[in-house]
Amino acid sequence: MSQTIVLKKGLNIPVSGEAELRVSKTIAPGIVAVQPTAFKGFLPRLLVKEGDSVLCGSPVLADKKNADILLTSPVSGTVKEIVRGDKRKLLAVLIEADAKQQCVDFGIKDAAKLDAAQVRQALLQSGLWPWLVQRPYGVIADPEAAPRDIFVSTFSTAPLAPDAKFCFGSEMAAAQAGVDALSKLTSGKVHLGLDGSASPFAALKGAEQHIFKGMHPAGNVGVQISHIAPICKEDIVWTVSPAGLVAIGKLFTTGRYDVRRKVAVTGPAAFEPSYIEALPGIPMKEIAAFCGNEPGATRVISGDILSGSNVGADGYLGFFDNQITLVREGTEEELLGWINPVRAKQFSADRSYFSWIMPKSRKYEMTTNLHGGPRAFLMNDGYYARVLPMDIYPIFLAKACLAGDIEKMEKFGIYEVLPEDLATCEFVDPSKNNIQDMIEQGINLMLKEMA
Amino acid sequence: MNPIFEKGGKLYWLHSTVDAFETFLHVPGTVTKKGAHVRDSIDLKRILILVVIAAAPAALFGMWNVGYQHGLATGDTSLNILGNWWYGFLKVLPLYLVSYIVGLGIEFASCQIRGEEVSEGYLVSGFFIPLIVPVTTPLWMLALAVAFAVIFGKEVFGGTGMNIVNPAILTRAFLFFSYPNYMSGSECWIAHKPAEQLVDGFTGATPLALEGSAQYSTDFWSMFIGTVPGSVGETSVLAILLGACILLWTGIASWKIMLGGVLGALLVGGIGDLAGISSISCLEQLLYGGFAFGIVFMATDPVTSAQTEAGKWIYGFLIGALCITVRLFNPGYAEGMMLAILLCNIFAPLIDHCVIGAHLSRKAKKLKTA
Repeated sequence: MSQTIVLKKGLNIPVSGEAELRVSKTIAPGIVAVQPTAFKGFLPRLLVKEGDSVLCGSPVLADKKNADILLTSPVSGTVKEIVRGDKRKLLAVLIEADAKQQCVDFGIKDAAKLDAAQVRQALLQSGLWPWLVQRPYGVIADPEAAPRDIFVSTFSTAPLAPDAKFCFGSEMAAAQAGVDALSKLTSGKVHLGLDGSASPFAALKGAEQHIFKGMHPAGNVGVQISHIAPICKEDIVWTVSPAGLVAIGKLFTTGRYDVRRKVAVTGPAAFEPSYIEALPGIPMKEIAAFCGNEPGATRVISGDILSGSNVGADGYLGFFDNQITLVREGTEEELLGWINPVRAKQFSADRSYFSWIMPKSRKYEMTTNLHGGPRAFLMNDGYYARVLPMDIYPIFLAKACLAGDIEKMEKFGIYEVLPEDLATCEFVDPSKNNIQDMIEQGINLMLKEMA
Repeated sequence: MNPIFEKGGKLYWLHSTVDAFETFLHVPGTVTKKGAHVRDSIDLKRILILVVIAAAPAALFGMWNVGYQHGLATGDTSLNILGNWWYGFLKVLPLYLVSYIVGLGIEFASCQIRGEEVSEGYLVSGFFIPLIVPVTTPLWMLALAVAFAVIFGKEVFGGTGMNIVNPAILTRAFLFFSYPNYMSGSECWIAHKPAEQLVDGFTGATPLALEGSAQYSTDFWSMFIGTVPGSVGETSVLAILLGACILLWTGIASWKIMLGGVLGALLVGGIGDLAGISSISCLEQLLYGGFAFGIVFMATDPVTSAQTEAGKWIYGFLIGALCITVRLFNPGYAEGMMLAILLCNIFAPLIDHCVIGAHLSRKAKKLKTA
């Protein structure tokens, strides 16, 4: 019997450009980037050089601290270029796909019959291990550690998030194999966060199910953990995204490294928003057709509009992302905008505007304009806590992070959060602080001090 | 912005000032760089200007009342509403000019020194200050007090958002303790020229300090509407309630603080009534003096009030209770609102500390049993 948890706090950001439930384009692999930057705590060591040929599933990068953790190529082909940034920091390995698409065969196995060591070995070898993210801190899971529990949020409440049923509805056999495999890795339970009993994931067995009802960030796994079994000091739990769960399952059901997925192309600046079938690491040039007439003035975000990263039109789709958001850069000035009593075309969660009277179905064509200048925190903690369904004090936490006070950070719950969990607080902040960045800095400090 | 004001330009020392005026005219075209790519259209300018709008009825009424009280005092009631208002406007305008010129001047300079954009906080403080001082306050005194409050109450802590006490309350406290003769008693509340003939039985005392009869009425409706002497903006509970509606409607001010304050005042006032030590009933206490203005506009300042939800109840309650305690038990001070708010401003971080501590230990206990 699954328990239902209703979260009253939160904020759904009504941005326009939801993707239509159809796959409008299948991106044939041309060039694919393997990017180590998406993984926190991963120090890349190159295993290939330019001109090498790789198969789908061949290792490309290894972690310097733990050579067992690999990143593998999602396509077969040849290594075309190794992209480095400042101080020779490794940014991406570009692989040009060939026509044959051969895969490394990891062998079909029944995950339910393997033991923990075999599952761990299979995930490490195939390059699927980095899907396992450790909390606290959001780093790649340590293969030696024994997590208390493993959490999977099967849905996303982020603005314009892809529809879980549409993306994963037909992959339940793989998801079941994924749950079977994950349950070997923990002495505790595998917890699934569902958005309702109609979710396709509700059919999965071997995992504890929890139904969450509420606004964003109710779908964030961090929020769900804090309501199922909060993370205390010295607890370690792992999280996996639904795409990762399916990919892990497919490794056992098909014997292949298969991370192909449906990606929602969304956002107010997207032309006919819909889904594409793609691999992580595809160049954003492939979706140029969605940018419409103003490609120069459009921000291309890999991920959602709150926590995704601005990769630019020349960037690549992130490893974990199954959403691309296109939004117009709001560089125009607005005469006396702040005092305009109505401002009907702009959304605000604050009652000093009138968007709260508007019907809930109304969507806004948002831009990246900051709508004000940066200021010190002025409003109360409660102003932010109303959009965060967690039992923490968000502004006290952010200020502790700013001050670099480790004791206070611990006290206010740094173990429970990742920056994405406080994204709604950042959205509503009238002082325009970068709260997610503050949390990120705090986590980095914790990592440094606790190491 | 003209490059002459940018870093390295000749007029860089005016950068913050020019930026303040530019962003006043336009919402700037800056885009998000980190974190959430879209942001709410609310900003501090909007929030703070709404506070000013909420206080406007009290200010407009206060100006009229200055003229009206002058008329009562001199026995010349021939002026109409507009005439009275104009008389008061001319009296209050210099206070506003001094408040804004001195306060904003310091604010602009400090922001430039810190290399920040000018925060809008002083727009509100500067609007409140003339409303909580007697209309006859000498301008040099006001200038001195504003400078003290802005520099030592706010800028030394790092500017708007970092201050511990409310700068407007601090201004009044500075005046009150430095120049008590000008800030209390029966000489300061009514504007009139020394040469003017006053009516028989004239008193300049406010209702709180009143002993015996006066040329103005102190029944419920006069107190509620505010046709009595007092600081410029504090007399009319009606106008203040209008402002309270705006603040509560938009959610800028906390209803918990306001309600907590009223409850605290009623409790102590009620005890005073039962013990027979109060000259006015606890309900009337809410209408007298600066209680209404203080609890609606001053106590709810989000920077200096308690931050936690439970803390807001405690903070508001303490303000109300302390205010009436001072009124009842301290013969030296007729009014306790300023002192109550000032004290609770200082105690707000402690209140939060206790509330958070209690919350965390409750949470830890829950985890242990779970």
